This record gives sequence, C-alpha cells and structure tokens, in this order.
Amino acid sequence: MRIDCPCCGPRDHDEFAYGGDASRTMPDIADTGMERWFDHVFLRDNPRGPHKEFWHHAHGCRQWLVVERDTVTHEIARVALARGEVSR
Amino acid sequence: MARYSLASVLANAIGGNKGWTRAWRDAEPKPEYDVVIVGGGGHGLATAYYLAKEHGITNVAVLEKGWLGGGNTGRNTTIIRSNYMIDGNTDFYEFSLKLWEGLSHDFNFNAMVSQRGQINLLHSPAQWDAAARRANIMRLSGIDAELIDREEVRRHLPYLDFSETARFPVHGAICQWRAGTVRHDAVAWGYARGASARGVDIVQNCEVTGFSREGDRIVGVETTRGAIRAKKVGLAVAGHSGVLAQKVGLKLPLESHLLQAFVSEPIKPLVDHVVTFGMGHFYISQSDKGGLVFGGDLDGYNSYAQRGNLPVVRDVATCGKTLMPCLSRIRLLRHWAGVMDMTMDGSPIIDRTPVPGLYLDGGWCYGGFKATPASGWCFAWTIARDEPHELNAKLRFDRFRRGVQIDEKGAGPTPGWH
Repeated sequence: MRIDCPCCGPRDHDEFAYGGDASRTMPDIADTGMERWFDHVFLRDNPRGPHKEFWHHAHGCRQWLVVERDTVTHEIARVALARGEVSR
Repeated sequence: MARYSLASVLANAIGGNKGWTRAWRDAEPKPEYDVVIVGGGGHGLATAYYLAKEHGITNVAVLEKGWLGGGNTGRNTTIIRSNYMIDGNTDFYEFSLKLWEGLSHDFNFNAMVSQRGQINLLHSPAQWDAAARRANIMRLSGIDAELIDREEVRRHLPYLDFSETARFPVHGAICQWRAGTVRHDAVAWGYARGASARGVDIVQNCEVTGFSREGDRIVGVETTRGAIRAKKVGLAVAGHSGVLAQKVGLKLPLESHLLQAFVSEPIKPLVDHVVTFGMGHFYISQSDKGGLVFGGDLDGYNSYAQRGNLPVVRDVATCGKTLMPCLSRIRLLRHWAGVMDMTMDGSPIIDRTPVPGLYLDGGWCYGGFKATPASGWCFAWTIARDEPHELNAKLRFDRFRRGVQIDEKGAGPTPGWH
C-alpha cells in the first residue's frame, strides 16, 4: 500500500502512522453531553468499503493527511492535507 | 450418529474403512427456528452445541456464508491459554481452558488438545516484576503460573539467542504449563457434529443479507437462501460484526483490523512449547506436521481484506530472527490474514443488544480462538435465559457507555493498539 503524500509523493504506508476514522467531528470541548462524547470516543461506523481516515506522515514531512481508502481492496481514491483538506 | 470409539476404529479397519459416515448433516434451511446463529465458525457452532446440550434448545440453525470453519476458525495460530489479569477476563478464560481440557471427551471428537505449555519471555527486571504481579493474580484465581529464571529458560529453549551479543537478553519467563495448542479445524467439526446430532441445522453457503423486524423486534433474517424466521438471532461473525450490526442501525465500539499469521516449511521437532517474545509482538509454536506457526502485530488500519501488507511480514520476520537466530534461512510455506473485530478496550462482548431479539458475541480482537468453548457456553446461556451468566457478566455491550472497560493492556480507546 502506497500513500501519495501531497508533499513527498508516493511513499510506502510504513512511513505513516494510522490515525483512524476521519469522518467524525469532536464535540465542542465545553460540551457536557455524555452521549455525544460516548459516540465520539467509542463508536465507529467501521464501513466495509470506502473509508475516510487520518494518516500521519511520521517518517516524512510530518503532515497529517486525510486519505480515502477502500477497506476491502485497499485502493486509495484521494489524499489531502488534513489542514484545510487541500486536495492534490 | 455413530459414536467414535476404539471399537468403531477397529471395526472400520476390518471393514476396509468403508463404513464411516458424514460427521454432521449439511442441512437445508427450514422457514422457522427458535434460534438462528449467524456465523458457522467455532463460536457459532459452540453456541449451538451448548444451546442444545445445556439448555435443551434444539430447534436451532447455524447460518454460514461460506463453508464451516472457513473464517477465523481456520485462520488463527491455534493457541489456548488463560493468563489474564483483569477481573472479567481472568475467570472467563480459565473456564474456557477447563472446557478445552475436557472437550475431546465431551463432544467425542479428537480436538488434539495439546497442553505443551506457554513460555512468555521476559527481558528485564522490570518485566519480571510485572510478570510476578500477573502470576500472583493468576495463582490467587486458581490458575497455574510460574516464573522461571534465565538458566531454566535455557534448559527448556536452548535454541534462543543466549549469546553475549543478543539484542534483548533473556532475563526469565512467565509460564503457564496448562496452555498449549488445539487443532482448530477439529474444533469446528467436533462442535458441528455434536450440535448436528442433537438436531441443530448447519446451513452452509447461506449469507445473511438483512434482518426482518416487527416494530423494534428482530423476528428473523433474510439470506441468500431465502427468509428465515427466528424468535432470537445471535451474531457470532468475528470481523464482520460491524457489517451486520450496521444492517440494524447499531453502531459498535469496534473497528475491523487485519492480523497476519505464517506457517513455515515443515522441519524436525524444534519448538516444543508456545513461545512468546517479550520485546516485540511475536509468538511461535510448531504444528504436528512440523511447520512453525507464528504471528505478530496487527497491520494497524481498518480493513476487511483478509490479506495483509509487507511491513508486518518484515516486522514479524525480524522479531523471529532476533529471538531465534536459527530461523534465518527457514522458508515460509503459507501466509494469510484474518479480519479481527478490535474493540475499544481489547476485550469481547457477549450480551443482548439494545435491539430486542438480537444477541451479540463479538469483539474478540485477536484472542477469539482460545475463548471458543467459553464463548459458546456463555452465549448459549445468555440467549437461552435472556441474561448473562456470572462469567460474562462483565463482558457487556454497554460497558463503554458506563465507563467500565476491561482494558487488559491499558491502551485506551484505540482499537489498533490492543
């Protein structure tokens, strides 16, 4: 599996650290709703198919990326910088 | 169904071994059952077996989308042990090991349970102290555990790297001598045979595509072989728990990850125990056919692919060679990955779900095989009595919401880290 890093080009996924599901949004830090935090911290859609996820290019440019990858074929459809989600 | 015995073996030998019959019925699905178990792996078949044997519920179907035991039951490294430390796990896994010890006699099928002992290596005084704590907790719970020093390890495992230049010198080990391995396919066949003989229908090539509901309640399943009604539906589908839960709108506290395993070419007897490395994720045993069976870490990202990537292959090979330099020229014969439903605390769920009529046995992470008998036993109890047994009373569906996780490793809510 290779990830086409917007800064470094296609690199082996071994250079990246996995950051999990990127489709979730963290509740506001002042939010005291237990259900929303429970959902954010513990529950996942865990789809079989397209999955939007974070990868950190730990052994490269150290940028956080958002990757759209298929969890069955491992095919990567899109890679973008997590910051502002700039598409490459 | 004929009982296997020395007499039956001798009688069939005289008759040219032409008298053997099928071990279990390959059933056609009926339109309605009391209980439908989704998943014909070890856990699902064990559940059906104990439903029939312990609770007298025999109008049961086990639906398997492929062939019997073709999922993770055939994709593990066949290790059994009960060296757990956290309340909720300790007694459960010990109960499982006790069931393993009597299993072949119980279901009259040779599961080849081999209590060859597990040796977990320790590489520093700090690891020794942590292991001493684990061993004490295990022994207080009536489970066997023993700490052995470097010289004792050397006596058992002379093939490890005991040289002056060893990268991680062996300091000692924590051992569970009752741990060992089991022939995984025989577990599926034995439970299938026992369940089938008691009237359970085992239906292969029958994939569950959806659920039938009346109001909130689940009243059956839709399958590739037609709709089947059921009063209760139990899920035991390992890595695909999330896929089926999604069909009823349930979000689970888990992610599906890959775990790879490896078998080498067959060699003469070398590894007499189950041995685990203490400074990397690596565990090894030797099958009766002579192949070294070993595995390591998860691939680390969500996947349903049943095949892993090369970095883990390299990592496992590196760990193996660091521990046992004699492995350096051995060739791999087979290599595969299984899909694991990794929970947020690394422990499983055996419970009712918030959906009436639906029960879940899942979240086995990569420790499902050793739990097979206890999992089936407890899941059968939970389905039959509509409440968990004392042994799975802590393995609850809502423990994350209530903040009572069972996090053996203390890794926190990141499934890939357990």
